[in-house]
Order: sequence, then structure tokens, then C-alpha cells
Amino acid sequence: MATVTASSGDATGARRGWYKRNEIALTPWLFLIPGILFFAVYVIIPIFQSVWISFHEWDGLGTMEWVGTANYERLLTDDRKFDVSFWNNVRWLFLYLLAIPAGLFIALFLNQTVFGIRLYKSLFFFPFVISQVVVGLVFSWFYLPREGLLNALLAVFGMGPVNILGDPNLATYGIIAAGLWPQTAYCMILYLTGLNAVDPEQVEAARLDGAKGWKMLWYVILPQLKPATFIAFVVTIIGALRSFDLISVMTNGGPFGSTRVLSFYMFEESLSEFGFRMGYGAAIAVVLFFLMLFFIAYFLYSMWRDEKGAR
Amino acid sequence: MFPKPIENRSRGAQIGYQALLPLALIFWLLPLIAVALFSIKPDADFTNGNYWGLPSSFEMFTNYGKVFFESDMPRYMINSFLITVPTVLGAIALSSMTGFALGVYKFNGNLLIFFMFIAGNFVPFQILMVPVRDLTVNLNLYDTKTGLILFHIAFQTGFCTLFMRNFIRQLPYELIEAARVEGVAEWRIFWFVVLPLMKPALAALAVLIFTFIWNDYFWAVVLTQGPDAQPVTAGITSFNSQFRAAYHLMSAGSIVAALPPVLMFFLMQKHFIAGLTLGAVK
Repeated sequence: MATVTASSGDATGARRGWYKRNEIALTPWLFLIPGILFFAVYVIIPIFQSVWISFHEWDGLGTMEWVGTANYERLLTDDRKFDVSFWNNVRWLFLYLLAIPAGLFIALFLNQTVFGIRLYKSLFFFPFVISQVVVGLVFSWFYLPREGLLNALLAVFGMGPVNILGDPNLATYGIIAAGLWPQTAYCMILYLTGLNAVDPEQVEAARLDGAKGWKMLWYVILPQLKPATFIAFVVTIIGALRSFDLISVMTNGGPFGSTRVLSFYMFEESLSEFGFRMGYGAAIAVVLFFLMLFFIAYFLYSMWRDEKGAR
Repeated sequence: MFPKPIENRSRGAQIGYQALLPLALIFWLLPLIAVALFSIKPDADFTNGNYWGLPSSFEMFTNYGKVFFESDMPRYMINSFLITVPTVLGAIALSSMTGFALGVYKFNGNLLIFFMFIAGNFVPFQILMVPVRDLTVNLNLYDTKTGLILFHIAFQTGFCTLFMRNFIRQLPYELIEAARVEGVAEWRIFWFVVLPLMKPALAALAVLIFTFIWNDYFWAVVLTQGPDAQPVTAGITSFNSQFRAAYHLMSAGSIVAALPPVLMFFLMQKHFIAGLTLGAVK
């Protein structure tokens, strides 16, 4: 009897000892498991599933039929909608970057200490807090051909009227302009925070050396704003490639499909009245994913460089 | 400070600047001001072509009353709250754990897992759409709030982990070491040492995630349909077809839908901005 008790006591003691000895090695994994599990199920695994689905023809319900690279071949050879979407994405990518200098400009304008400036700063930030759906609705009223405020303003200068969202050549630019509104606000906040951290002694020293205006901005201020510029660049690129809400709300891809982008076209192929072509939709998503991966890799690479420097 | 402080400039420049501020603000918010004005106008103003003049009568209570009592808007709003609040809590719980693990411990694969969270957070939604929709249907969660909540928690954990981990990295490591020397168990270090220090980070993330989830549209459209589960962003578009060209009601509805994140922002401004600009200052 005595030996049994003793040995079981030893066993629990040893077990507790084993955990205690390995506590520092085990704890991080215990803390990570729920997060990794969730993230894997809903984010990591679906990426691979989408790649797999893109090699099939599938309506989302029946059996999947293996078609090899047929979806991709069709995308790249004879799909005019894909071409339109791709080039619209390129437009978004380049024009969206205007939010960065625009944000810097507004940040410089607001970077003063006068009465009530904090309220001004937060009101300028307003557009970013509002849902893109609401921004989209607001701008589609703003652009209305007869009643819209834009045409009322143009009339003051003896111009117009224009029907921006009804014109296939203009509609995409109209939507991008709407998207630039919140994005500029975001970049502005990034730069305002960055400007707060600018070293006043360096500015003073440069001033004594006779630097001012553009030269000061370019050689003294902008180098110190590099972290802000980097983040602004990342979020703007990602935002440009993710654009969906505005297009869906403002034109629903029209007129004549001229405002489609890859993210919208993918949605349309897989989940709209045109049918449930999941395989083809997945192929579009994979193309978009690789486009984005290019920027994600760049972002991760620079983070990794920072991490190495920190150690 | 750059540009040159305005108080060191001439009197004229100071007055000019003070005058320019409100003008610039009005121009910047012009579309919103127009909508606010729309929302208190009577319907007759629109049929008479009085789009941009002042309201001919003050109809704020009629318009907002209609939104609240004669449409599905209240249901959509409640759905939005029931989706957003659990998501915020879930994402923060998961990510304070992952952030703690990745920020405090050195082990093989630490950076790899961290980068997996970051990379996953930046992928286009469309690459997840078909499998996630499928999974949700298979779990019998299509068109439920739970289905949306589970996905949002998982996805937001990516961004939150990035945030939490970097925040924990900035805490004084000596505190943790001191606790270890005292023989405090690791999970107690998390609960009694690290978590209390993370309050500002938790607040920042809570406001940010609230706004992100409240404003989400894509997943609302992909994973739900109809007023039983849909949040207000998706609801407002069906509201749009219900009240076609009823600009006064649409405007009132949009303002109601936009209000919660706007209030959140004004109440928690400092935290909100701290969250957004993470890493923008070094």
C-alpha cells in the first residue's frame, strides 16, 4: 500500500516537475493555439483551397470537375471583362497613391497650434471613420447628372454638366476620387503623427543654415517622415487592390462593365445572377492574390530587416 | 516644428490662416454637409428641384422618425451591434494571447508565425470568399450573425496580433524577468503583469476593430442575406432600393448608420489614432 501511494505521489510530482521545467517552452504554444487554430481555419487554409478550386469547374453545389489550367488560359487569352478589370486595377493602384501627397499637404496645412485646431484635425479625419457604403452613396448623389452638387459647382464656372457615373470613360475616375477622400484622411493622420515626432532641433539647425520651404521639406522633414510614408504606402496599395464597396454601391460594375476591378469581377462570377462559377471566380482571386503578394512580400521583407536590426 | 509656426508670422498671415481653416473644412466635408441638409428637408423640396437651397421646412423629426419606425433600419442597427461587440471581444481575447506569446518568448518559428498573421491580414478578401462561404454553409451558419462573427474574429486576429505583439515588445522586459525570479507562473505573469499594462492597447484596438467591423460590407453580402442577420451596411443598400430616390430618407438612414463609429471615434480619439498610426513614428 505504502509503496503504491508513494509511487503515485512521485508520478504527479514528476509530472508537475516536467511542466515546471518546460514551462517557458510550453507556455507560448498554449497561448498561441486558439489564435492559430482560428486563423488557419478561416484564413490560411482557404487560400490553398481557393488555389485548388481554381483548377476546377464548379457551381458551388455539385461535384467539382478538374479542368487543369483551363480557367487561367481563358482569363489570359479571351476574356475582355478580365482585361477591363485588370487595367482598372492598375488605374486604382496609381491614382490611389495621390492620397499620400494629398494627405501630406493637408497635414502640413493643419500642423499649427491655434485655437480649436484639434477639433479641425478630427473633423478632417471624418471621412475615414464613415463606412465606404455611405461614402459611396454620398458621392453618387454628389455626381447626379441633373441635381448633383458637382454640376451645380461646375455651372458656377460655366462648365458642365457631366454625367460622371454614366460615362464609361469617366466612371472609374469618379469612383477613385470618392475613394481618395477617406484615404487622404487616413494618410493625413499618419503624417500629423509623424510631424509631431519631427526633431525640432534639426529643424532649427537647418533654419540657421538657411534652409526653408521646399528644400527644408525635402531634405530635412521628409527623411524623418519615412516611417509614416512607408505605412501610408502600404495601406494605400492594399486599399487600392481591395476596392470593392465603392464600386458595388456606386455603379455595380457599370456602365457597360467599365468600372469592374478584379475583386468585383470575381464576386460577380461566383455569386451573382450570372451564375455560380466558383472555379473561374477562384482563378480571378488567385491572380489578384499574387498581385497583392508582391506588395505583402515587400512589406514583410522590410519588417524582417527592422527585426534583425532590433536584435 | 514644420512648417514655420503661424504665431511667428505677420498679423495678416495669422488672420488669413484662421479664415482659411473653416473654409477648407467646409469644402472638405461638402458632400457630408449636403447629406446632413438632405436629411432634414421635406420630400417636396426634391420634387420642386430645391436640391441645394436651404430646407423649405424643418422635417428632421419626420424623416428620422420614418427611418426608425417605418423601415428595417432598427433591426439592421441591432444586428450590427450584435455582430460587432462579440467580434471585438473575441479578437481582442485571442490576440492578446498570441501577442503575449510572440512578444515575450523566444522560440523557433516565432517570427514565422508572426509573419503568417501579418501576411494573412493583408490578403485580398476574394481569395477567402469561396471556401469561407462554403465552410459557413456547411456549419449551418450561413445567414446567421454567428457565422459572420466567427469569420471576423479569425480575420481580425491577424491585425490585432501585429498590434499587440509590437506593443508588448515596448514594455519593459525587466518586469517579466522580475516576476519570474519571484517564481510567478507564466500565465499569472500574463494575467497580472502584462494585461494591466496593455490597457491602452486594448482600448485602441477595441475602437479600431469596432469601426472596421461596423463598416464591413463585403462579408455581410457574402455570408448573409435579409434583415434577420444583415448588418446596417448591407441593410442600407436594400433600404436604397426600398426608398428609391427618396433622398431625404436615404440621407437620414445613412447618417444613422454612420453615427456609432463616428461617436466611438470622438469619444476615444486618442486611442483610435494611436492604433491607426502604430509604427508610423519611430
